[in-house]
Amino acid sequence: MSEARRNDRAPGDGHANHEVIVGLRGYLVGLGLAGFITAVSFFIAGTSLVWQPSIPIALFVLAIGQMGVHLVFFLHLTTGDDNANNSLALAFGVLIVLLLIVGSLWIMTHLNHNMMPMDRMMQMQR
Amino acid sequence: MSAAVEAAAHEDAAKRIIVGYGFWIFLLSDVVMFAAFFATYAVLSRATAGGPGGKELFDLNNVAIETVCLLLSSFTCGVASIGARAHNATMYYGGMALTFLLGAIFLLLEISEFVGMVAEGAGPTRSAFLSAFFTLVGCHGLHVTLGLLWLLTMMAQVYAKGFRADILRRVLCFSLFWHTLDIIWVALFTVVYLMGARG
Repeated sequence: MSEARRNDRAPGDGHANHEVIVGLRGYLVGLGLAGFITAVSFFIAGTSLVWQPSIPIALFVLAIGQMGVHLVFFLHLTTGDDNANNSLALAFGVLIVLLLIVGSLWIMTHLNHNMMPMDRMMQMQR
Repeated sequence: MSAAVEAAAHEDAAKRIIVGYGFWIFLLSDVVMFAAFFATYAVLSRATAGGPGGKELFDLNNVAIETVCLLLSSFTCGVASIGARAHNATMYYGGMALTFLLGAIFLLLEISEFVGMVAEGAGPTRSAFLSAFFTLVGCHGLHVTLGLLWLLTMMAQVYAKGFRADILRRVLCFSLFWHTLDIIWVALFTVVYLMGARG
C-alpha cells in the first residue's frame, strides 16, 4: 500500500485512536444539532407567525443544514486533507443530483407553461 | 510493536479506507437514484387527478415520531460502530439492538400509514401524485427493510467470528448505509411531508 494513503481516512471513520469518549461526544453533538434543526423544521411548517411564502425556503435551508450536520457528525466527512477523495466524490454526487432535480423541474414547468389548457384541447377533439 | 505487526496494521487501515471509499461511491449512486424519484415526485406533486392531496392524507404527528426514531437510530448506530472499533461487545450489541428496534418501529409506522391510505382509496393507482409518493417513500422503506436484515447479519457475524478486521469493514459499510438512509429521510420529510401538508 502506498505511503500517501497512510494518513487517509475512510468515510465513517472518526478517530483512529479508538477513543470511545471523544467518539461518543461527536455523535451526541450531532444528535443534539440534528434534533434541534428537525424540531425547528416541524415547528416552522405549522406556524402562522411568519410570512407564509418564506416557509418553503426556510424548510429547504434547514434541510440542507441538517444534511450537513449528518455528513459531518455521523459520516465524519470533513474538508481535511485525509478526506479529499471522499468529499470530491460527494461534490460530484451533489452535482448530478442538482442536474437531475433542477433540470427536471425546469423542463417540466416550461412544458406545462407551453401546453394548451386542457379544456381547449378537449374542445378541439370534439 | 514488531515490524510485521505494524505492517499488518497499515495494510488493515489502507484496506479499510479503500473499502469505505468504494462503498461511499455506491451510496452516492444510490442517492442519485433517489434524486430521480425526488424529481419525479416534485414534477407530479400537483397531479392529484381530483383525488386527495398531501394536505388531506399526511399525519405530521406520525411523521414526527418516524423522524425521531430514525434520528435516534442513527445515533445508536454510531454508538455501535464506536463499540465495534473499540472491541466493546456490550456497546456494539446494545447499540445494534437499539438500532434494530428503532428501525423496526419506523417501518411499522410507515407500513400502517400505507395500509391506511390504501384502505381510504388513496393507493398508488389513484393519481400520478400518489404513484410518485408510494414509489419514493416506499423505496426508502425498502432500503430500511434491507438495512434491518443487514443489521441482523452483522450482529450474527460478529457473534460467530468476533471483531475481525474483515468483519469490522462490513460494520463500517453498514453504518455508512444506515446514516445515508437518515440523510435521505431528512430530504423526504421536508419535501414530501412538511411541504406536502401545506397544500
